[in-house]
Amino acid sequence: MKGKVVVNWLFIVVAVIIVAGAIWATKPVAQTPVKLTEPIEINISAALGLKDALQDIQKEYEASNPNVKLVFNLGPAGVLQKQLEQGVPADMFISASPKQLNELQNKNLVVPTTRKVLVSDKLVLVVPKNSQLAIASFQDLTKVARFGMGEPGTVPAGQYAIETLKSIGIWEAVKDKAVQAKDVRTVIAHVETENVDAGIAFSTVATLSDKVKVVAVASDEWHMPVMFPAVIMANSKHPQETGAFLTYLCSEQSAAVFKKYGFTFVGSSQ
Amino acid sequence: MEWQPVLLSIKVALSSLVFVFILGVAAAYSMRSFEFPGKSALEALFALPLVLPPVVTGFILLVLVGKQGPIGQFLSESFHTQIIFTPYAAILAAAVVSFPLMYQSAKAAFQAVDCTIEDAARTLGASSWRVFWTITIPLSWSGLVAGLVLSFARALGEFGATIMIAGNIPGKTQTIPLAIYFAAESNDLTLAGAYVLMISGITFFLIFGLNVWSKRSCGKSSSVKEVV
Repeated sequence: MKGKVVVNWLFIVVAVIIVAGAIWATKPVAQTPVKLTEPIEINISAALGLKDALQDIQKEYEASNPNVKLVFNLGPAGVLQKQLEQGVPADMFISASPKQLNELQNKNLVVPTTRKVLVSDKLVLVVPKNSQLAIASFQDLTKVARFGMGEPGTVPAGQYAIETLKSIGIWEAVKDKAVQAKDVRTVIAHVETENVDAGIAFSTVATLSDKVKVVAVASDEWHMPVMFPAVIMANSKHPQETGAFLTYLCSEQSAAVFKKYGFTFVGSSQ
Repeated sequence: MEWQPVLLSIKVALSSLVFVFILGVAAAYSMRSFEFPGKSALEALFALPLVLPPVVTGFILLVLVGKQGPIGQFLSESFHTQIIFTPYAAILAAAVVSFPLMYQSAKAAFQAVDCTIEDAARTLGASSWRVFWTITIPLSWSGLVAGLVLSFARALGEFGATIMIAGNIPGKTQTIPLAIYFAAESNDLTLAGAYVLMISGITFFLIFGLNVWSKRSCGKSSSVKEVV
């Protein structure tokens, strides 16, 4: 009796596998005529700090280029770099710091001649809008209970923050108060909710929030320049179309969008 | 490799265990002894942190203990202190997520205790306090130890709620799971692997030890026979 039930179940499972297999096998055939009109997908791994600007640019670009579909994988540049090293498919990489791009370049994963710096940004110190604490400079971080920054290993904004704090000589004194967030937007969220007294982030990310205010801007001598370089990946399946989009990112139209979000437009190979 | 995350994880798990054990046993015992309207709802509430995704638990805790949350505001107004992004927040997160395991284990252990033995003790004039300590607890001890081990292991591995309310301050609130996450994200597989082996080893020996101990103590409840 029990054996019969098992046989019945086996039969059902095998039948399901066969049907599923048959559907899966016939799918490409049915799709072939549709595929001709399907837009080309360009996969772009981009630094999270560029999110809003890239979304605007995407709308404009896809409207004028209906044959192209842009797919963004947004995250901290350090994380994206590791993903690309592990073989995540991408046509373009936009980092929030040259460091991650250099490392990919050393591994011959990118096309170095296509490298362009899109924009630059500033590193700033922010506090909650209604903060009563007297925080006016990066040195004042020694006085706060806790502050937020990006995790230096994976988040470029955190990497610039640690360089800054080391340059002004207070890192050892403040490192036990540094809540190291997994991306730059989380830093702002921690400041907005007043769960930290201050935070170090990119100027453009900070100005997106109306619940925080900028109290200090880091001097350029304290850290490596904040640059957002872009490059085409060596194993891109659509280097032509990706190149066209990279050219668009360096064009006047894109410059206007980047400026709207507070970036300093560069748009050259430097 | 830094030892800080390992020590911190053990400290956090042990501290949360103290609260979880007292509260879990007290809750399970009260639920067994008293009937009241809404009891089933309360029991479901107790089990909730076990079935909810830890990020949901973390979000609820963040809203409660954050500086603008009711508990956060109460703490800052009354005691001029905050627990958000401190090791205490890590203990809170660990305690909340491991409480259901202790509660369920204690409940099952108490249910297995024969009421007639307890009633017999009461007819002989023992106070309920004495019945609890000399009969209920010894008879349910192995179930309680299982609850302790499971809660400890769960607290040790807590990640989702911890990163949300304790943050990631290396050397201060960074527990083993957080260290593993950030090491893996920056592709430091050696470091991540070392912590993975460490936490797997600790939890393995805990469960292994529990199994050995429970086999040995099978059918041995002599302490109760003496009392009865």
